[in-house]
Amino acid sequence: MGRQLKFHIFRYNPEDTNSVPRTDDFYLEETESMTLFIALTRIREEQDPSLQFDFCCRAGICGSCAMVINGRPGLACKTLTRDLPAEITLMPLPVFKLIGDLSVDTGTWFRSMNEKVGSWIHNDEAFDPDAQEERMDNALAEEIYELERCVECGCCVAACGTANMREDFVGAVALNRIARFMLDPRDRRGEKEYFEVIGTDEGVFGCMGLLACEDVCPKELPLQDQLGILRRKMGWSALKRLFRVK
Amino acid sequence: MDTELADLLCIGAGLAGERVAIEAASCGFKAICLSIVPPRRSHSSAAQGGMQASLGNCAMGAGDNQDIHFQDTVKGSDWGCDQEVARLFVETAPRAVREMAFWGIPWNRVVPGKSAFFKGGKEYEKVEPKENKGLITARDFGGTAKWRTCYTSDGTGHTLLYTMDNKVVELGVAVHDRMEAISLIHDGETCTGVVARCLKTGRLKAYLARATLIATGGYGKIYKESTNAVINDGGGAIIALDTGVVPFGNPEAIQFHPTGIVPTNILVTEGCRGDGGTLLDVNEKRFMPDYEPEKAELASRDVVSRWMIHHIREGCGVKSPYGDHLWLDIRHLGERHIKTKLREVEEICNNFLGIDPVTQLIPVRPAQHYSMGGVKTNKDGAAYGLKGLFSAGEASCWDMHGFNRLGGNSLAETVVAGKIVGEKIAEFLKGYDVQFKTASVKDVADRVQERLERRISGKDGGESAFEVRNAMQDELMERVSIFRNGKDLEKAVENLQGIYERSKRVGLRSNGIGASPELALALKIQGMLRLAICVAYAALKRTESRGCHAREDYEARNDRDWLNRTLATWKEGEDLPTLNYEPASGVLEIPPGDRGYGVSKIITRDGETTGA
Ligand SMILES: Cc1cc2nc3c(=O)[nH]c(=O)nc-3n(C[C@H](O)[C@H](O)[C@H](O)COP(=O)(O)OP(=O)(O)OC[C@H]3O[C@@H](n4cnc5c(N)ncnc54)[C@H](O)[C@@H]3O)c2cc1C
Repeated sequence: MGRQLKFHIFRYNPEDTNSVPRTDDFYLEETESMTLFIALTRIREEQDPSLQFDFCCRAGICGSCAMVINGRPGLACKTLTRDLPAEITLMPLPVFKLIGDLSVDTGTWFRSMNEKVGSWIHNDEAFDPDAQEERMDNALAEEIYELERCVECGCCVAACGTANMREDFVGAVALNRIARFMLDPRDRRGEKEYFEVIGTDEGVFGCMGLLACEDVCPKELPLQDQLGILRRKMGWSALKRLFRVK
Repeated sequence: MDTELADLLCIGAGLAGERVAIEAASCGFKAICLSIVPPRRSHSSAAQGGMQASLGNCAMGAGDNQDIHFQDTVKGSDWGCDQEVARLFVETAPRAVREMAFWGIPWNRVVPGKSAFFKGGKEYEKVEPKENKGLITARDFGGTAKWRTCYTSDGTGHTLLYTMDNKVVELGVAVHDRMEAISLIHDGETCTGVVARCLKTGRLKAYLARATLIATGGYGKIYKESTNAVINDGGGAIIALDTGVVPFGNPEAIQFHPTGIVPTNILVTEGCRGDGGTLLDVNEKRFMPDYEPEKAELASRDVVSRWMIHHIREGCGVKSPYGDHLWLDIRHLGERHIKTKLREVEEICNNFLGIDPVTQLIPVRPAQHYSMGGVKTNKDGAAYGLKGLFSAGEASCWDMHGFNRLGGNSLAETVVAGKIVGEKIAEFLKGYDVQFKTASVKDVADRVQERLERRISGKDGGESAFEVRNAMQDELMERVSIFRNGKDLEKAVENLQGIYERSKRVGLRSNGIGASPELALALKIQGMLRLAICVAYAALKRTESRGCHAREDYEARNDRDWLNRTLATWKEGEDLPTLNYEPASGVLEIPPGDRGYGVSKIITRDGETTGA
């Protein structure tokens, strides 16, 4: 027989005037290879059909199911219950707007982040359908892919001291995104333009260096390395500006 | 009710929906996309393997061209596809891949010089040409004569979707995420938008549009074991069937993927076998070469899936608490290869199974994977039956896949069809005006509102939506799966009709306020059952075997009677769909013949029986 698991789950439905923020307890017997996806689905279908949470691919790829699991942001679908104690506390991600229970609105936040950092290839040329593709070194392609693996789950934002205090801080995810485009020769933005986006306290200089972002990233992206690289570049850029002003 | 206007409304913000929206927006039209999840979480992101286009840059792809891609696609479809559409597709695919490169995809590139590759567990050497250094490279996928599948490591769908959505953000196209289309607005002739339900607040909203596109992806979740995402439950198919006039093409054409992991059905990519992974049985013996001497593990999906089930039925499966399975072995590819080229696979094994594929075998068995069928359109993407309605991507039956889609051809379809259908919609919009009739909007909205209230109040009964859905999923898995026969299919239709009756009596156990996941399911469970019945009934009526549709009681492919496409419509008040048929292809550039793999018993158009 498996362990008896006890779940403390944050509950609140902002659309329901009778709902008050609270925690509800649920019990389940653990089964082999049980993940939080399996557990939460069972709780909803067998015990409380009103329970709100988000899963989509349930394979650690889409980033839908980030939540705070025993105090730590992570993807619920790839969390095996056997790696947790028998008492499991689940809370919604902070920073993002609550939709209900464990479900938060990451869509609005990330769309706005993508707009802010200009998350696309900036290039005025037109696509020539008859031309061969521009060549690229495979090693560079792989380096870009490495940073493009971010799934916008929001864990790094939720774990970030600065993001929890200031709403305008763009977060590690945005800095990583900028680093991705800076690597890409197809993006024609220069240092100055990148600087305008993130060379401020809302950007690279807002980070307090607590390292939580990299710690919790389910894709294990080298977020702190990127930050260091950006800071050096931006610092340099800032200096150059100062001299120009003089 | 809150109402919004657009030139084009895309229901779906996966690769297909967004690609169409981009085309329309680039022509100056106002496009809005709806999606159940934030766009980048659409299931396109889960495609790991790659996208086919005959660039012919890599050594093993040398000499590739559109004709060979065309042949592979037609053979793959078991001659069920529309050849004119397949032609259009292969012609456009190389340009589509390059356009995505231009927009930012970090495609893997040709690295000149010698490198090793595995095929069927043996190591070979290839030499990549110097002159192609840095061009887009490709990997091997099942059912193709050349290496043609362009990829970014193990995250092709992810990079495609991120790049596509980047473009959407750049163009300022609005995506309303957590907004689920519940019903099309139409008057029997013209479609003018949808009524949708907000999955943040639960409120209804009307979208009025001159053109409406269904790009809602696959509907695998009508099956119990499926590689599809939780949200792939057929929303688009349901609202199209609900019209009673828009036919659904080939509902019976359901593809199973050979390698879903046991027990969670998460897919491990075909790339594993493409790169040289092998399938082993309970004795850790490789069995595919015994059944398919030439292609072995790389025969097309339907063929590999079928032999796997056959082999399990022969008693050669591995016993487990979750049923019998087989093994996928990639150990010989080596740690470096697995940790770079197949990294997501490694992650999946570690995270969801707690095993290390570098040293251990992976438990796999076939799971539902892809829906070839869908909203039937013409080659421009215009749906049959309603003016102003279009469809693209997996939700559509355009129909380049016929009875079996090749791996790598559906990511390619989303961007290729997205481009073509987008252009056609832009043309359509240029010369088109339509009157939005307040009465039809109100009529649809009232009906949805009434349905919603009946579910919440429990007026029709207290059946649990979850239990009804589970019963349907079990039934399809049990009797409408890889091997099919008349007796089981008849039983399945009968049982599903019983479950359909239960679905009419669903009532909520929660209060249904707000997003309410229970209400979301309760609102579509009846539609899901109609879809399930279409699948089972069309499978029962198709008395032949073609591609993925394998009838034990009709083993031959029958080109005399069945070289055609099923068109299912559901008339209001009926308890079975109406099935009509149209020729599979207007043009037969390649006349029906032997695929070169799989069972080859054929009843020819002249009525002769050939093959085993
Ligand atoms: C695990 C897996 C791996 C795969 N690997 C490959 C591969 O390597 N190569 C390949 O070619 N193909 C692959 N495929 C197939 C391919 O990924 C899909 O066919 C393709 O991505 C579908 O894209 P789409 O745009 O049609 O739909 P999706 O990406 O599924 O998007 C559907 C959209 O519709 C929205 N939606 C659905 N219903 C509603 C509604 N009622 N109202 C509003 N919005 C709605 C969703 O939110 C979503 O935005 C794979 C499939 C799976 C499941």
